[in-house]
Amino acid sequence: MKKSYLVALGLVAGAALSFVGCDKNKNVVVGGVAPLTGEAATFGASTKNGYDLAVSEWNAKGGVLGKQVQLVFADDKGDPAEGATVFTKLIEQDKACAILGTVMSKVSLAGAPICQSAKIPMIATASTNPKVTGVGNFVFRACFIDPFQGTVGAKFAFDDLKAKKAACLFDVGNDYTKGLSEFFKAKFTALGGEVVGFEGHATGTSDFKAQLTKVLAAKPDVLYVSDYYSDVAIIAKQARELGFKGPLVGGDGWDSPKLTEIAGPAIEGCFFTNHYAKEDKSPIVQEFVGKYTAKYKAAPDALAALAYDATNIMLDAISRAGSTDGAAIQGALVKTDLKVVTGQVKFDGERNPVKSAVIIELKGGQQVYKTTVAP
Amino acid sequence: MESIFSPQQIVNGLQLGAIYALIALGYTMVYGIVRLINFAHGDFFMVGAYAAFGSFFMFNAFLPRGNGLAFIVLILAMAAGGLIAVLTDHFAYKPLRYKPKLSSLVTAIGVSMLLEYVFSAIPAIGPSPRGFPEILPKKMYHFGSAEVSNYVIVDLAVAAVLMIGLTLLIQRSSLGKAMRAVSQDKDAARLMGINVDRIISLTFLIGGAFAGAAGLLAGLTYPRIQPYMGILPGLKAFIAAVLGGIGSIPGAVLGAFIMGIAETCATAYNSLLGEGIAFVILIVVLLLRPSGIFGEKTADKI
Repeated sequence: MKKSYLVALGLVAGAALSFVGCDKNKNVVVGGVAPLTGEAATFGASTKNGYDLAVSEWNAKGGVLGKQVQLVFADDKGDPAEGATVFTKLIEQDKACAILGTVMSKVSLAGAPICQSAKIPMIATASTNPKVTGVGNFVFRACFIDPFQGTVGAKFAFDDLKAKKAACLFDVGNDYTKGLSEFFKAKFTALGGEVVGFEGHATGTSDFKAQLTKVLAAKPDVLYVSDYYSDVAIIAKQARELGFKGPLVGGDGWDSPKLTEIAGPAIEGCFFTNHYAKEDKSPIVQEFVGKYTAKYKAAPDALAALAYDATNIMLDAISRAGSTDGAAIQGALVKTDLKVVTGQVKFDGERNPVKSAVIIELKGGQQVYKTTVAP
Repeated sequence: MESIFSPQQIVNGLQLGAIYALIALGYTMVYGIVRLINFAHGDFFMVGAYAAFGSFFMFNAFLPRGNGLAFIVLILAMAAGGLIAVLTDHFAYKPLRYKPKLSSLVTAIGVSMLLEYVFSAIPAIGPSPRGFPEILPKKMYHFGSAEVSNYVIVDLAVAAVLMIGLTLLIQRSSLGKAMRAVSQDKDAARLMGINVDRIISLTFLIGGAFAGAAGLLAGLTYPRIQPYMGILPGLKAFIAAVLGGIGSIPGAVLGAFIMGIAETCATAYNSLLGEGIAFVILIVVLLLRPSGIFGEKTADKI
């Protein structure tokens, strides 16, 4: 009786040990984070597709360090608290050696300290707030940052749209939209324009009429709306209802097919700054657009492109590092010099990539490439 | 200062107030009859918005956008709001009717969360926000310096018609007399041959239907709906009902319009103030006049 008990125990223990062993050696585990639900849900879906596409390409070529890459995906729901939970889970439970993501700055800001203290390198895909990489030397990003985006928006509004008066609307609970508006204001004023309204709104509200009525009373030529697409759509509709006829200008938070779907004619002839345009004729962009469209039956947006780039930058660094050790990967990431879909990527001292932005116009319910602005 | 109290801001405030009023009526009626703060009421509003969303796509297949379609959608949104309210009462509150008040109150919070999470879990609805369709073609009118869309007129008209109908029902009909009797003394009403349970169901039906109508109007006015959309408007309408004197029907309407205008003007003054003004009002009312504007003095604790 006692003997068989011991044998059984031994068998169980042995089985458990062998599981741990094989799990550790078989794959290179990389964590992927994006908001699949919540206010930025379409960003999450494209981002996940971008990760998956890049990982499947690497695996088809034999993986990295001679092993297959295993992407463990987690939904951050666009919520900083949820983001902190899934970052911790990926590092401690899934033993990810690197993290891709996430999209929203406020969520990346919650995840970054966790990666930094665990010494696990992360590449935020579309988090453009400067503070994100400021968290520490293990935090990188694949996109340009708010100062650049806000500055480009202001330059475009002043030079190309000939606007003299602008008003800004942003979400006070969101570092990204607040940052963009602040940098827009600084640049627009420096160029000689006047910012006649600068109004925040609460996160999750659907009633922007009070703020809009207030800023529109000062008769701005341009409305700079740095929100995400679902807010932008409602703001555009309500602004038109209050009689505003000029263009709205915004940032990469607008990049979603839902924007034109919800806003309809209200958003016609408006502009936003973005990371890439799928009409760009360069071969690397066209190859990516072709592969993505074939796999997902939809054209890739900038979020997908950035996720794809982040994955390639990370896996390239892991293969150059020759190990899955966090510090080694970090060392390789710093020396990155890689041509990716959204441009030639080199990291500056703050671990931000140096690259260009494009301006996109919304015309006939479609995104149309307008121009490229170099840094 | 001029832009804070401009005619346009007052129009914005009235529009918001009309939606709050329809929700606040349900709070106040249910409280008047069963002395229950129905915290799931904001979610009946959400159910109404989704019912309107669904019925629009069902009927738009063979009806053009316009008044006829809007009327059908309104009826269905009200039906859905009323139905969910009656079901909630039947399954969640009725078994607890003669138990301590706190049990029903906690149950109400539970029902609220249940509705929110079940709606996010249904794949056809999901947790992500959805754009609400323009059921009526949009038209703009100028009144002095204010831009008024036909949506503002629809919001105010629907709210006014429903509120007048409710007043007539309560003041003039025998059903209304029965409702008033139940709200004054359930046991005496029962002795007079009134079917108290039926009157309570009817109260939930009307309250829920009003919340459903508010859901449609909110969808039209602020065209984004999601399963959690009822939380804040529900809370603010509750505060409006407290401000007017909970249990009082004219109080709820007046409180709601005060709330709508206060919120809009506070937002215009400082965008951060707007979200908080409702709670400032709540604290001030509870400190200075806990029974509200029209409320009767009561020793009950909420």
